[in-house]
Amino acid sequence: MASRALYSPRHPVLKKRDDFEDVLEERRRSSDLRYALRCYTPTLYKGLVPCKVSMLKSIVLQSDHLQCVIKQVSSESGDSTECVAEEASLILDEMAHRMQLSTVRFFVFTLSKAFKRLFRSVCVNEEGIQRLQQAVQEHPVVLLPSHRSYMDFLMMSYLLYMFDLPLPVIAAGMDFMSMKFIGEMLRMSGAFFIRRSFGGDKLYWAVFSEYVKTMLRKGYAPIEFFLEGTRSRTCKSLTPKTGLLNIVMEPFFKGELFDVSLVPVSISYERVLEESLYARELLGVPKPKESTSGLLKARRVLSEDYGSMHVYFGHPVSVRSLAEGKIKRSQYNLLPRYIPQKPSVDTHEFLNDAAFRLVRIQEENMVLKPWVLIATLLLQNPDGMDLSSLTEQTDWLRHLALAFGAFLDWPDHEACSEVISCSLALHRRLLSVSAGHVQLSVTDAPQVETTPEEAVFQRAVVVLSCASYRNQILHVFLRPALLAVAMQSANSSRKDDIYNCFNFLRNMFSNEFILCPGDSVQDFEEACYLLMKRGVLQVLEHEIVMSASGQSTLAFLCSVLEPFLQGYQVVCRYLCEETNENLTEKEFIPAVRSFALKLILAGNTG
Amino acid sequence: MASNSSSSSAQQRLRIIAGHLQKRPEDEHASVAAQECKAETPRSNPSSAAPVPKRRQEIMKWNGWGYSDSRFLFNKKGQAEFTGKRYRLSGLILPSLKDWFEGTFGANLQHKSPATPTVNLSAVAPPNLNEPFIEDLKAAGVAASHDPEDRVFRAHGHCLHEIFALREGRIGRVPDMVVWPSCHSDVEKIVELACKHNVCLIPYGGGTSVSSALECPHEETRSIVSLDTSQMNRILWIDEKNLTAHVEAGIIGQDLERQLNEHGYCTGHEPDSMEFSSLGGWVATRASGMKKNIYGNIEDLVVHIKMVTPRGVIEKSCLGPRMSTGPDIHHFILGSEGTLGVVTEVTMKIRPIPEYQKYGSVVFPNFQQGVACLREVARQRCAPASIRLMDNEQFQFGHALKPQVSSIFMSFLDGLKKFYITKFKGFDPHHLCVATLLFEGDRGKVLQHEKQVYDIAAKFGGLAAGEDNGQRGYMLTFVIAYLRDLGMDYYVIGESFETSVPWDRVLDLCRNVKERIVRECKERGVQFPPLSTCRVTQTYDAGACVYFYFAFNYRGLSDPVHVYEQVEHAAREEILANGGSLSHHHGVGKLRKEWMKESVSGVGLGMLKSVKEYVDPQNIFGNRNLL
Repeated sequence: MASRALYSPRHPVLKKRDDFEDVLEERRRSSDLRYALRCYTPTLYKGLVPCKVSMLKSIVLQSDHLQCVIKQVSSESGDSTECVAEEASLILDEMAHRMQLSTVRFFVFTLSKAFKRLFRSVCVNEEGIQRLQQAVQEHPVVLLPSHRSYMDFLMMSYLLYMFDLPLPVIAAGMDFMSMKFIGEMLRMSGAFFIRRSFGGDKLYWAVFSEYVKTMLRKGYAPIEFFLEGTRSRTCKSLTPKTGLLNIVMEPFFKGELFDVSLVPVSISYERVLEESLYARELLGVPKPKESTSGLLKARRVLSEDYGSMHVYFGHPVSVRSLAEGKIKRSQYNLLPRYIPQKPSVDTHEFLNDAAFRLVRIQEENMVLKPWVLIATLLLQNPDGMDLSSLTEQTDWLRHLALAFGAFLDWPDHEACSEVISCSLALHRRLLSVSAGHVQLSVTDAPQVETTPEEAVFQRAVVVLSCASYRNQILHVFLRPALLAVAMQSANSSRKDDIYNCFNFLRNMFSNEFILCPGDSVQDFEEACYLLMKRGVLQVLEHEIVMSASGQSTLAFLCSVLEPFLQGYQVVCRYLCEETNENLTEKEFIPAVRSFALKLILAGNTG
Repeated sequence: MASNSSSSSAQQRLRIIAGHLQKRPEDEHASVAAQECKAETPRSNPSSAAPVPKRRQEIMKWNGWGYSDSRFLFNKKGQAEFTGKRYRLSGLILPSLKDWFEGTFGANLQHKSPATPTVNLSAVAPPNLNEPFIEDLKAAGVAASHDPEDRVFRAHGHCLHEIFALREGRIGRVPDMVVWPSCHSDVEKIVELACKHNVCLIPYGGGTSVSSALECPHEETRSIVSLDTSQMNRILWIDEKNLTAHVEAGIIGQDLERQLNEHGYCTGHEPDSMEFSSLGGWVATRASGMKKNIYGNIEDLVVHIKMVTPRGVIEKSCLGPRMSTGPDIHHFILGSEGTLGVVTEVTMKIRPIPEYQKYGSVVFPNFQQGVACLREVARQRCAPASIRLMDNEQFQFGHALKPQVSSIFMSFLDGLKKFYITKFKGFDPHHLCVATLLFEGDRGKVLQHEKQVYDIAAKFGGLAAGEDNGQRGYMLTFVIAYLRDLGMDYYVIGESFETSVPWDRVLDLCRNVKERIVRECKERGVQFPPLSTCRVTQTYDAGACVYFYFAFNYRGLSDPVHVYEQVEHAAREEILANGGSLSHHHGVGKLRKEWMKESVSGVGLGMLKSVKEYVDPQNIFGNRNLL
């Protein structure tokens, strides 16, 4: 059923979404301690094979798959099998979680305190929880949250505990391990750690994949990982990675499990905790190393208001129905199943396609706050806007976004101006408001003497922070915007020409935005449909004609893509003008950055 | 064969004892230390057993399984009983069947779906006769009939859709006439005339096909002649020096076994359908017998095959036990499903009747442990004559077939056993499963063998659970087809299908297929949860044969057979996706044709087609099975 939803033609406006409930409300009324110590009786998977953490390890090490790879590695490297097996055991020790309920309870207690300070509300769709409760009993579950903040996985485990769902085991990056104490705490609350890159390391891959698969096959716990691989620093969904997705699907492909449920989860923040950190990182300030002391310093964040947070549990997607007609499971018949097999070309294509669609679901279920609309407008008007025209345009944009199917959390019974002033207040660190004029500005660092470079840097921090909010709504406007730009640059009203142009842009941006590979025609038709319905276009048999009233909408849509087009132009210019032969990947980004800085200082970005 | 003379006198004695035992009506609970070969063997007196008559409908059901006098029914008290005198179960009350039946299917004895009692002869299309063929046939002196009842009887096998249609009185394309050759040369004449007059021939043996193999292709416009082999049923010779027998291929299993028994021999080939299926049918479908662990499957048993094809007779020139003369031509014949010709005579291996036979059973805490045990038994190559593992649902099914216990002592004993297993040993009655065993051979070896198997079982948590349970397990096999007719009287339809699969995939395949069935039923609007159960029925070095039973209550469905077929189709897809084969012994027929190419590759299918093209260019054997 779920996959039908996944592939059905999109009717953005008709999309039905669940209602939310604030889970913190109850927390504000009763004791956190008692809550953390309450009786926790999760719904269990019907095929659960009870299994202790320690047993898990020996099952993995004894597995045919791992034994097979150990022999392979040993014969290739000349080391004894005992030696390789020992290595595998060490890898597993480094990787494995050691979930225990007491640590979880400690986290529940502290997080209750923290969340109440950070957020006004944490809203969850309870129907999604109910669906999850159902799914958890039927088949092993894989949770696929979006990744915008460190908060994501803490919040996930917290919510699952809250609703008596089995606690997930979470694939986390090795970076956390370096946080001495916290790393171990996370391990004990279900995180397992994987190295960032282990491309060629056969043994590592075998241990890792067998570990995940074993937990899945035994129904040990829901597996949680981030399709995007890492936190998105721009709040724009990242193109998904398929490695782990392949691992969790393989037990189904090979018949070891009847089915696996994938549950996309969309987590959105009214204000992202790492907001300015991300901007600085993008500007080349190295990411602060995860460390416990760093975390303690970051306590400062606790004193700020981060507005509300929304967690939307999507419909479980059955891998079985997803793969129906796309994966021939009998391809695994002729090789013993424990011998590792690279995914075939078809499988790979399927994984990629599925991953993109899952990220699309995440995007579509992401709740957008009014500020996202405001940020979009403010970025398009670098010199600022009068409050009244901001109000007027926000209202216009709101209706456009809704017509395009945006999942907007707009307070029901409040005047537009009221809503806007609330948002402005929450994000005051990025703004200056004076005499009814709103402008993005640096309010944080009022140094008197700054070099021009520093000024640009400071401004860039603000713009990028703000852009990270605008980026959240890009997926709503993306397809119509591509069409708008295509119409502008095609210089023709012939449908074919416009489509070619659209397709060109779409290909160019295939790594920039979530555009499902192969959906080109569908996307084009969707864009046409939306703009036609809005009265912006008339789509005839061979032509696409702009209607008189559509000008402003098209202009807006074009400027949505403007910064990206500009960015690509700058990179192209850099490549044309400056490149020396031996440019390494490592040097490339800083070089582009300083090239862009030069252009900005010269006032020459056109 | 040093022990030959001593054991044959022992066998004689045993047969006499067995004869006494069989006539005793109260032998149901006698322990079966010394019993006639099988529980399933009809109890009818050997001397009075007549071969299959031409008018089969006189002793057999025209729209159901087996003998007309034997059937399950719910009596006025609502108790299940089995009628007739032929079987061990005949005339007995089965007190727990009703509860099991109603509980499992959500069926109700008030809701009946009775069958049409008699053939509606007006629904049978008039025969499309090829007069010149008939005249030549008459001249050749071959028995023939175009009586509608004879024709209807030979127009179907025992697939659900076939029986369901008959019960509703719906009759599709039927053969236009039936011929009964009485020997090899009759067949030669028939085939020659068929070629001459371009008539379509469909060989008919026991009629127990479950692959739509006997269905007349509706696109066939020629006159269709059903070639009934039942009158070719003699054992032509027995060679005690080489332990072979030369037999006409129309003989049915129980007659072959009984007649060989009279000489002190057996073939040991006991497919579940052996009461009705024929030797030629076994060859044509690559049949498998319950006791293949000792005697082998049909391909291991045949030494020589004679088949009449449109090109002439195909056979080997000697009776050598093995040859290296290119691809074995027997393998063109075995499994050819009546598409190439008619098997007329077979030389097959025979064995002295075993001295001793013993049933047994083992209870396992769960199916997984049971499969692990069977795997170990296969690894050590010490499988008894038969070893089968029933899953929990089937174990409960088997229990529902327990006849009324005659003494308080027995029921007390049963209660005690149950208490011991579930309470003392901690087996969950909703997970435990049972393996049934049949040992055969000389007494000392059987007992030794038995110990070896029980020792292995113990390593997998298995507990010996007595001979009675074992025997009842085997009984289930042969009454299941009768039970289906009972189900169909009360809105329950079902069927079995099978596969073979490597050991490491047995568990996954069983679980996935069972779950797929449940899910498909739900999605197709079946109102009640289906019975979806399996058992492992054969062990091999490299894998096992798995048998599925699937049945559901179809009240509320407008086209139950279609739903059934869709679910079975999905289940087969699931089997193939999980590394199972298209069929272990039922064959392909027309039911599973669509997967042939996938199963044997395009080249493989092409090879088979080119053989067909050479042997039968006119498509005289036009049942359109397999290819």
